[in-house]
Amino acid sequence: MHSAQDSTAIRPVMRGRTALELAFWLLAFAAILLFPRKLIILNEIAILALFALSLDLILGYAGVLSLGHAAFLGLGAYTAGLFAKHMNGDPLTGLAVSAAVTGLAGFLSSFLVLRGTDLTRLMVTLGLALLLGEAANKASWLTGGADGLQGITMQPLLGQFAFDLAGRTAYLYSLVTLLILFLIARVIVASPFGMALRAIRDNPLRARAIGVPVSHRLVTVYTIAAVYAGIAGALLAQTTQFVSLDVLELHRSADVLLVLVIGGTGYLYGGIIGALAFKLLQDAIASATPQYWQFWIGLLLVILVLTGRERIRAALTGISRRLAFGRATAGSAP
Amino acid sequence: MLTIIIDGIAYGMVLFILAVGLSVTLGLMNFVNLAHGAFAMAGGYCAVVATTRAGIPFLLALPLAFLVTAIAGALLERLLYRPLYNRPHLDQVLFSIGMVFMAVASIDWLMGSQQQFVTLPEALKGRTEIFGIPVGRYRLFIIVLCGLLAAGLQLILSATRFGSQLRAAVDDARVARGLGISVNRVFALTFAAGSGLAGLGGALGAEILGLDPTFPLKFMIYFLIVVSVGGTSSISGPFLAALLLGIADVAGKYYIPQAGSFIIYALMILLLLVRPQGLFARAR
Repeated sequence: MHSAQDSTAIRPVMRGRTALELAFWLLAFAAILLFPRKLIILNEIAILALFALSLDLILGYAGVLSLGHAAFLGLGAYTAGLFAKHMNGDPLTGLAVSAAVTGLAGFLSSFLVLRGTDLTRLMVTLGLALLLGEAANKASWLTGGADGLQGITMQPLLGQFAFDLAGRTAYLYSLVTLLILFLIARVIVASPFGMALRAIRDNPLRARAIGVPVSHRLVTVYTIAAVYAGIAGALLAQTTQFVSLDVLELHRSADVLLVLVIGGTGYLYGGIIGALAFKLLQDAIASATPQYWQFWIGLLLVILVLTGRERIRAALTGISRRLAFGRATAGSAP
Repeated sequence: MLTIIIDGIAYGMVLFILAVGLSVTLGLMNFVNLAHGAFAMAGGYCAVVATTRAGIPFLLALPLAFLVTAIAGALLERLLYRPLYNRPHLDQVLFSIGMVFMAVASIDWLMGSQQQFVTLPEALKGRTEIFGIPVGRYRLFIIVLCGLLAAGLQLILSATRFGSQLRAAVDDARVARGLGISVNRVFALTFAAGSGLAGLGGALGAEILGLDPTFPLKFMIYFLIVVSVGGTSSISGPFLAALLLGIADVAGKYYIPQAGSFIIYALMILLLLVRPQGLFARAR
């Protein structure tokens, strides 16, 4: 009796949610026609969203705090850039190579990172990112050092679509990649594996006690997250056809944390919403005060933490529920 | 060779003064304060403004830098930091990174992005020979001053009433409260003193570390290394770690300049893997 009533109440909401999600992605694709002048920043948003999604997998779902996630972004970017420059300019091959390299790096470094407490993890992730940054800086014969990696030329995507100046191909390429990886992440998160991750996040000791192989799970998710970040980096290198030391810097790791915090950790749309909000905000602030936008970003972080970052997420889910419910009741009216 | 070691010791001493406050907030109070370097930078700029613009002698500018940053630390602790003591580490990291960004941008706005210099008194310039080895006088001054400070801190922590209150508050804040120790006051004083020491370190180190608006970001990792390698259960741990770090960094940059900071980062990661509790930590 009760349950029947509940499910009838929930089902339209669920259907409304799917409709909302569908609308969201349709809008994202329609943006090519709607905002043809904004495609470059839209491309950046898609890439940042993918990067944030990657961090969400380890931070939001597994509770691993990383202050050096840019290491994988940078590694992916440099791998893709170097591969395109010296081996083969095909974007998809480059993407696959980047994914493989960062996956390997993520797998190997996971053993270093996953020891110890939050603090040790913080230090080791930060240290690894700094190490890579220093390596890229010093190995200027390979990476171009402070001048950045120049002279990357990409072949057309699938042999058909050349990368244009307006960024149409670039945006579509990044968006499709984001969508595919998003769907994969959704499967991962909903699987028993994803459940185990959440159990570990909430209480590692209890998770171990009920038989979850904690370190195995963490190594796996860390590797997956590294691959995601590497692909984001590769997209960045391929679509801008340039890689600079900036991709390995601390502010990248900090920015992506902020993105995730704006959007909310522990649910997959968090990264996407956060990336959208962050980039638009950054764009607005940077055009107002180009030199000091970091101040406002910092202020935002401080305020967010002091007022409680859960509130944004609560507000967001409230809005989406209301939207979804409104739509559902409107849809089922006839 | 000996000059390098002495330079390294001076460098390490400054690092110790800079990081010792962090070893208390991070290690003892378990608060991840990545903004510690911002206090150091504030102290450095204090000294710069005092010596170059207001014409205050350097030796007076040092206690001034300590006082200003200690007061700033006390205010910020009361207003912003205290509510965050019991929050998850993620919140603390985000908050303190935000503080760093704000500090960096503000200093950039106020003072410009170029490197700043303090005016040293004539007596501290140049070199003296000790046992035939030429030693920078300023470095010698740093070594003596920081050595005294370290000894003083150790004494305060181990022999005074305040020191035992702090140790009790850190071991178990609840029990300490039950014994009538005002834990909040102890933490606030400690935080202020730590910030003040960072400011003093920033003022002392402006000459040898270089001072520009990116200071808190550049040296954040160094402070963290000192704390994590030194462990947090004593003053001597971070002290030895800072000395080791200083000597290793100076020697590394002198002998293998192309490796840059590579050696330090790699060493830190290795050390953390072997001894996650720090090199000189007591077993708990």
